[in-house]
This record gives sequence, C-alpha cells and structure tokens, in this order.
Amino acid sequence: MAAEGMIAVIDYGMGNLRSVWQAVVHVAEGREVCVTADPAVVAAAERVVFPGQGAMPDCMRELDARGLRPALLDAAHDKPFLGICIGLQMLFQHSEEGDVAGLGLFAGSVRRFPAAQMVDAAGVRLKVPHMGWNEVGQTVDGAGVAHPLWQGIPDGERFYFVHSYFVDPADRGIVAGTTDYGIPFTSAVARDNIFAVQCHPEKSAQAGLALLANFIHWSP
Amino acid sequence: MALAKRIIPCLDVTAGRVVKGTNFVNLRDAGDPVEIARRYDEQGADEVTFLDITASSDQRDIILSIIEACASQVFIPLTVGGGVRVIGDVRRLLNAGADKVSINTTAVQNPDLVAEASAKVGSQCIVVAIDAKQVAPGEWAVFTHGGRNRTELDAVAWARRVQELGAGEILLTSMDRDGARSGFDLALTRAVSDAVDIPVIASGGVGNLQHLADGVTEGRADAVLAASIFHFGEFTVRQAKEYMRERGIEVRL
Repeated sequence: MAAEGMIAVIDYGMGNLRSVWQAVVHVAEGREVCVTADPAVVAAAERVVFPGQGAMPDCMRELDARGLRPALLDAAHDKPFLGICIGLQMLFQHSEEGDVAGLGLFAGSVRRFPAAQMVDAAGVRLKVPHMGWNEVGQTVDGAGVAHPLWQGIPDGERFYFVHSYFVDPADRGIVAGTTDYGIPFTSAVARDNIFAVQCHPEKSAQAGLALLANFIHWSP
Repeated sequence: MALAKRIIPCLDVTAGRVVKGTNFVNLRDAGDPVEIARRYDEQGADEVTFLDITASSDQRDIILSIIEACASQVFIPLTVGGGVRVIGDVRRLLNAGADKVSINTTAVQNPDLVAEASAKVGSQCIVVAIDAKQVAPGEWAVFTHGGRNRTELDAVAWARRVQELGAGEILLTSMDRDGARSGFDLALTRAVSDAVDIPVIASGGVGNLQHLADGVTEGRADAVLAASIFHFGEFTVRQAKEYMRERGIEVRL
C-alpha cells in the first residue's frame, strides 16, 4: 500500500487545519502527514486525526457535503483515531448546539456550559467560551493505570481549550480525562482504537506535542 | 483546578522586526520576531500576539512569512492583528498559521466584517481590538487608526456590540497608559470585563509585575498582555507567572 504509515488529517472545510498539520508533522518523525478531504486517502491512511473548529451543525453539514461520513466511520472502526475539539463532539449522538445529530459512535450528548453554574470558587463569574489553559485529570483503570496516550504527561497537566460546549457520555466507562470549569466535564474519551480530546493538543506546547507523539506510536 | 489566567507577550512588528514605542510613537528595535516568540514559548508564554504596525501596504506580506515561520516552531496560540481590512486578510493570516486574527479600525468602519468573519471561520478565531482613551470620569471613547482618530463610540457599549457581532475575545488597550509603564487602566478593564461574557485581554501600561496581577485581580481581565517588560529582558514570562501565583492567581507553570 503506497500510503503505508501515512497519517490523514481530515479536512471538511471548517476552520484552520494548518496548526494541527504542523504539530503532527513536528512529531511524525518524517512520516507523511496529509490534510485531506478525499475518502480514498482516509481509507488508505494508517491513522486518522479528526479535528474541528466552529459550530457543530456546520461541521456535520460540511462533512456530509464532502461524502466523508462513511470513510470516517470506517476509520473509527479499526484505525488509531484521534478526535480534537469539535472532532470529539461529533462522535456523540446529539448536540445542543443547533439541535443536531452527531455521528453516534458514542452514546450521550453535547451540552452547553450552564449559565447559572458558571462561577468560580470565589463567586466570580466564569466566561463562556472556556478559553485558555486548564488542567486535565487523567482517568485510571482498576489497576491505577492511565490511558497510553497520557504516557509521560503528568496527571493534571494544563492544555489549551477553546469551546462553549462539552460532551456528556452516557457510558462513564469511556471517560479518559476530566476538567473543571464551573462544573466538572469530560475532556477526553477513549474506547478501543479511538481517543478524543476537547482541548487543542496542537496548541498546548510540550504537553500537547507529547500527546500527539503518543498517538503516532499508539498500537491499540 | 481552575482555568489559568493567561500571560501574552505582544510583539509589534514592522519591516520584519519587533519594535516597541511609547504612546504609539518613538519606536525602538527589539529583535527578530520568530526568535523572540520562541524565547517566550520556552519561558511559558500562554499565547503570543503579533501586531503588524507596518504603515505601507506593500510590506504587508512580510508578516505572513513571519507567521509561517513561527507556526512551524511555536505550538501555542498565535494571534495576529494590524491592517486586517477584508475577509481575505483574515483567511491569509489563518492559512499562514495564525490561530486568531485581531480586527481594530475596520471593525469600527465596517462592523459587518466581524460578523462575516466569525460566521465563516468561527468566533474563536476573531478578536476585536479596542483602543480606548478616557474622556470623562468613568467614560472612555474608542479610537482608531493606531490611536489617531476619535470615534463617537463608547468603549463599554462597543465591547458589548462586538460580542453580539460574534467576536470571540476582546483585546482592550488603554491609550492613556500604553507605553507609560504606570499600570493598566483598571477601571476601564473592569468596566469592559464586567460588561461582556467573552474573555477580555488587558493591554497598555505594564511597567512591573504587580501591574500584571492587578489587571487580573482588580481589572478582572482573563488575560494580560505586555511588551516592553519582556522584550528588554527586565522580566521573563516565568518570573511574571511566579509572581502572579504568589498573589494567589491561577497560572500555568
């Protein structure tokens, strides 16, 4: 296969993928990294990065306009798959943002930060979007071990976030990371070959690059 | 666990070099933009902002190559402002590797650009920069064209308006304080921060580390921006963060 070892960054026309591409290239040790809207390239890739920016209804529409849904669902079935930001949210069944259906790989919904609960410990109002560097608490399994994509990253490390909605999984067993912003919310999920984060590893300095490097080497 | 307050070094760029002036004039050379951005990243800067203060349009493309070089080496958010007039300018900067684009004069002249840009590229990419000057106690007017032209707009009302238009963040500069090193205009910062739901970056006037902390605690800014205290080696970003942490402010260290 010509594209063996190739990493595909899915481009469905939403937002700026250059940052994601640059960061993946930086850790890819010379492997080919394609930004692509071509289902055939996605199918040929060894692993897939699914980013996203903007509003989820627009993202879903653009994804389908390019005919990428089947290739994406196939990739999520068996390739190492990394969702980022809206690319995490789109894996769920439904979003409150625009009352739109997602890809339905995970049971649960995407909810907006509840205005009434957005105050910090000192009673100061918290702004939405949640923008900036916040801590990600890593979920550990029964043996006390965190997901391999957290390897070498301290528990509670800060990552860069920009979002107004968060995922609320029906199955708490997929939660791989949590963050507090007014309320505790799920900031990472994992199941089999899928790992997805609400933060932007491509903008999260050394911690983010470590996560991306772990993804490049991950054999789920 | 809480969201960290951000420290953002700002690089005023012209003709491919970082410069710093006082009250928008008297520019001094401070070095190579990519090298400086890398140094700030290593010191733990939470973002870096480039303001293209190039006057002539034929030099505009220089900023694009600077952003390209920077984005391939620095993996923290990059904001770029200055001379953004049409949606094509926004796209070019994002394609070069900027994460956010800051719009100032054109937002006043053509508020539709803010709405159009945030609809097309997402509000998280659109920062509206407001240059404000006190005109009466508790009252600030918006200025444009690098501080040369006074508008009819009230800074607090304009901040609310740009939020409605779709801005994702406000970069608020006090023209009275810019370059004066006497601290942020805390009353202005507080008034704007309390008036909007989107994050506010305080800018203009930082002369010491206490000023940064005051911007957060008294000004209620979500992020603080400074230039000269970092450029000339007076303080590192890390020192600024350690100081803020001692003051009980949540920072990324």
